[in-house]
Amino acid sequence: MTHLPPGISDWFARKGWAPHPHQLDMLAQKDLPAQLLIAPTGGGKTLAGFLPTLAELSAPHQGLHTLYISPLKALAADIKRNLQNPIDDIGLPIRVDDRSGDTSNTRKKRQRADPPHILLTTPESLALLLSYEDAPHIFKGLQRVIVDEIHALAESKRGDQLFLALSRLQALCPDLRRVGLSATVDDPPAIATLLAKHPDPCPILMADPGPRPDIRMLDTDTAPPWAGGGATYAIEAVLEQVRRHKTTLIFHNTRAQAEIFFHNLWLANTDGLPIGIHHGSLAREQRERVEQAMVAGDLRAIVCTGSLDLGIDWGDVELVIQIGAPKNVKRLIQRIGRANHRYNAPSKALLVPANRFEVVECIAALDAARENDLDGDPRGPGPLDVLCQHILIRACSGPFLADDLYQEVSTCGAYPGLTREDFDRCLDFCATGGYALRAYDRWNRLVERDGAWHLRDPRSAQRIRMNVGTIQDSDLLKVRLRGRGGRPLGEVEEAFAAGLNQGDTFLIGGQIVAYEGLREMTVEVSRNAAKKPKIAVFGGTKFATSTKLSHRILRMFQQETWPDLPTHTAAWLHLQREVSQLPQPDRLLVETFPYEGNHHLCAYGFAGKNAQQTLGLLLTKRMEETGLYPLGFVSTDYATLIWGLDPVTDPAALFDPNSLKDGLEGWLADNAVMKRTFRASATIAGLIERNLPQNRKTGRQATFSSDILYDTLQKYDPGHLMLDITHREAMKGLVDFNRIEEMLTRINGRIDHMQLDRLSPLSAPMFLEIGKVPIRGSADEALLDRHEDMALTDAGLT
Amino acid sequence: MSGLSFTFRSETLTALGSGALFWPTQSLLCVSDLHLGRTERIARTGGQIIPPYENTDTLARLEAHIAALAPRTVICLGDSFDDMDARQSLTNTETEWITRLQAGRHWIWIEGNHDPAPLDLGGAHKAEHRVDALVFRHIAEPDASGEISGHYHPKITVSGRGRGITRPALVFDDNRLILPAFGTYTGGMSLGRSPLNGLFDRPSVILTGDKPRLVQSHAMARRERIPASSSKG
Repeated sequence: MTHLPPGISDWFARKGWAPHPHQLDMLAQKDLPAQLLIAPTGGGKTLAGFLPTLAELSAPHQGLHTLYISPLKALAADIKRNLQNPIDDIGLPIRVDDRSGDTSNTRKKRQRADPPHILLTTPESLALLLSYEDAPHIFKGLQRVIVDEIHALAESKRGDQLFLALSRLQALCPDLRRVGLSATVDDPPAIATLLAKHPDPCPILMADPGPRPDIRMLDTDTAPPWAGGGATYAIEAVLEQVRRHKTTLIFHNTRAQAEIFFHNLWLANTDGLPIGIHHGSLAREQRERVEQAMVAGDLRAIVCTGSLDLGIDWGDVELVIQIGAPKNVKRLIQRIGRANHRYNAPSKALLVPANRFEVVECIAALDAARENDLDGDPRGPGPLDVLCQHILIRACSGPFLADDLYQEVSTCGAYPGLTREDFDRCLDFCATGGYALRAYDRWNRLVERDGAWHLRDPRSAQRIRMNVGTIQDSDLLKVRLRGRGGRPLGEVEEAFAAGLNQGDTFLIGGQIVAYEGLREMTVEVSRNAAKKPKIAVFGGTKFATSTKLSHRILRMFQQETWPDLPTHTAAWLHLQREVSQLPQPDRLLVETFPYEGNHHLCAYGFAGKNAQQTLGLLLTKRMEETGLYPLGFVSTDYATLIWGLDPVTDPAALFDPNSLKDGLEGWLADNAVMKRTFRASATIAGLIERNLPQNRKTGRQATFSSDILYDTLQKYDPGHLMLDITHREAMKGLVDFNRIEEMLTRINGRIDHMQLDRLSPLSAPMFLEIGKVPIRGSADEALLDRHEDMALTDAGLT
Repeated sequence: MSGLSFTFRSETLTALGSGALFWPTQSLLCVSDLHLGRTERIARTGGQIIPPYENTDTLARLEAHIAALAPRTVICLGDSFDDMDARQSLTNTETEWITRLQAGRHWIWIEGNHDPAPLDLGGAHKAEHRVDALVFRHIAEPDASGEISGHYHPKITVSGRGRGITRPALVFDDNRLILPAFGTYTGGMSLGRSPLNGLFDRPSVILTGDKPRLVQSHAMARRERIPASSSKG
């Protein structure tokens, strides 16, 4: 206890606690420029991060001392509560405050004028703070920055934005020390490299991983169905578990599934057990109510999604139930850590597969978890769209020299390999748009005066600030009850709302509501007593199964029999073997069958989600060329399902490696995935503004789609930076052509075509996948030609 | 570019897939809402710098029509420029391009809400223009008859087999006809929205696209009988 100031060690003693070894290690190493702590959930990570701050702040300090950054707003608020206790108990002279998009403007202004000692915030709010001209004042005296749940941030562009922000902070505060707190991951050094200022070293502290978790599959009397994501069959068994445990977290992979499950749980909840629902599409008021009830111990269970994934302390969770296959072993282990949030007590978790394919996935995941075989994919070089946004944010805070900014960003995160050429192209894009054939001359966004770059019009800073962030929430519309001051219920995706007709019912926040109409940009609904809603397919993250798990599954399929699997699932696999066949590692299984009026083709490539997606694009393009009128496709980690107006009779011709390769060349330019990638990157880079000042909203006629911008650039400026970024992002994320080639080599032309008269057991789950990609090609015209069942859908026409 | 012939106020007109309108007996081509100079205006007023290629693209498509149809008269039905200053943003090449298109034909700029005053370009500038029983103006007027206008950029969604197809559309009933926008960077307003929906009485709709097509109004009636979600009862 030599390093702990007396006040703090007394506090530990009064509580009857002893600091964990890794907490003391963190304190001992507190003067390092960077350090990374890897600890299991419940391992006292956050306190380990804050102990040095509490120790240093025992002495008076002027201004901000520690900046704490977490991926979730809720986490920041939670930490504020948890920090306040020891600070009050010990009687430390420390002011703590949090800041996010939800913080009131008055409080935000006060924080800027008179910063607290500890500020808890998110990457987006930090980026915004750095965009103010008084940033040097706000961050004056800053000593430490703590990045919590850094493993979650490191996987996304939010992390890239954060690391860029850290490089700016470091320039403002040269003595800044960086601390990363991470859950168990497959590659700690990769995260350490991202955290540290390049080329500083970043020592890694590994906490004791604690006892092995107790994970198993939930036994149910009823067998899971062939397909379906609802796990309705398990409702009774899950309720029984809720009854038996003090508090249970029930995780789902998507928001829609959480809603449906919650609804069904309520219908069966005859004892009236207090159960809540929590996910990212719910209105903040709704979420806060559930969070407070949980903290107060008023709830026996919460049905939730990834919004509860990260280390919020919800008190005594005894059991974690995962509905649906966990898709990713790392995430499974992190979720399980939520149970028994006490160090050195084994966590208890139950897996509930929603259908029989997921039974197989769950068994594979259990095997992997037992072997601690974590999965992960390396991240590529720093994305340029995020860099463009960073340049604009930098310009908002005042004039800068290009050389300085280049030096600064080259020290951070994934950007040490950034070439000066790429940086200059990004700067030129931010300044002039970077168009080859035509310049704006007088209306550039940034101008260079006396060697320094400025905003041409200082008023544009407001618009840049309004569009800070890298989260692509696609387009969400608010949902509220109809009537004056109707209560907000949450959000749904615009595409979902567009498909609603008046009177259609859907689930949100556990209640069934009926669509009444769209007003401004808000979906108005009324309460509805219907028993069975039209399914809510709105957003939520769609997780992809890791490739390691995919390969385990493929291996499992080769067994003669499956003694480890429940009999119903073994029977289902036997049936697949009987009516069709099971996929084999060195052959490609292709099934064709009619279903719901369209012709389907299902190819089991087991190449991973992105490669299967690319395969879908290449195959539909070839089908388009040969007049088979593909309508769309959907991909999982194992297979691609394509549907179209006409049947495919010769799949071997479609899979010819040379023509697939030729297809890739021409394909990249024009397809839905590229357009989706373009839209995301163009929004991050500031080419498209999602948020406009209120007074400029000029209605529907003013908006035009990003697709038109993409097509125009393709046509007139094919070398443009945004197309280059789109290409890079797609190759990195969505294309993955190498794995298609790998698969083609593996199968070496051995294609088994099974012509079926109905869908096969194995293909059934594909129909419930979300993320369907429509093909906007000749099928549109063909459909309109055969337009027997087409209908005008504009409301109010008749 | 294929066209679809239809009858409006006893005149046979051709809807072109681009959203333009051709009147063969008058050799008259009409395009609405070109919104030239739009990117320039956006950059000037808001600081957003989007790909500045809409003038090139719009003029190239207009030129292709003129080459194919050799119209005696061309009517630009208002909002030809995104604002009065947008005219200044035209490069010399673009100004000459317009002059070249105007050569040898009667060219009429109808004034729109975005470009309400005459511009220093060739051709006539008028608030509205009458040809036989038809009148061309930018914004539809109440109780008009035989009126051809633009302004609203109508679009329509047609759905079936689990997909919606949204496209700009030409809309008409017995009294008026509204053209979709011809300009490259132009959004649209759904026909079902106010005030557009109030302007028509049982309209006919022609979808733009490679092959323009009339969407039958009986499809609308059928939708009333079979809601999309009825199958599960």
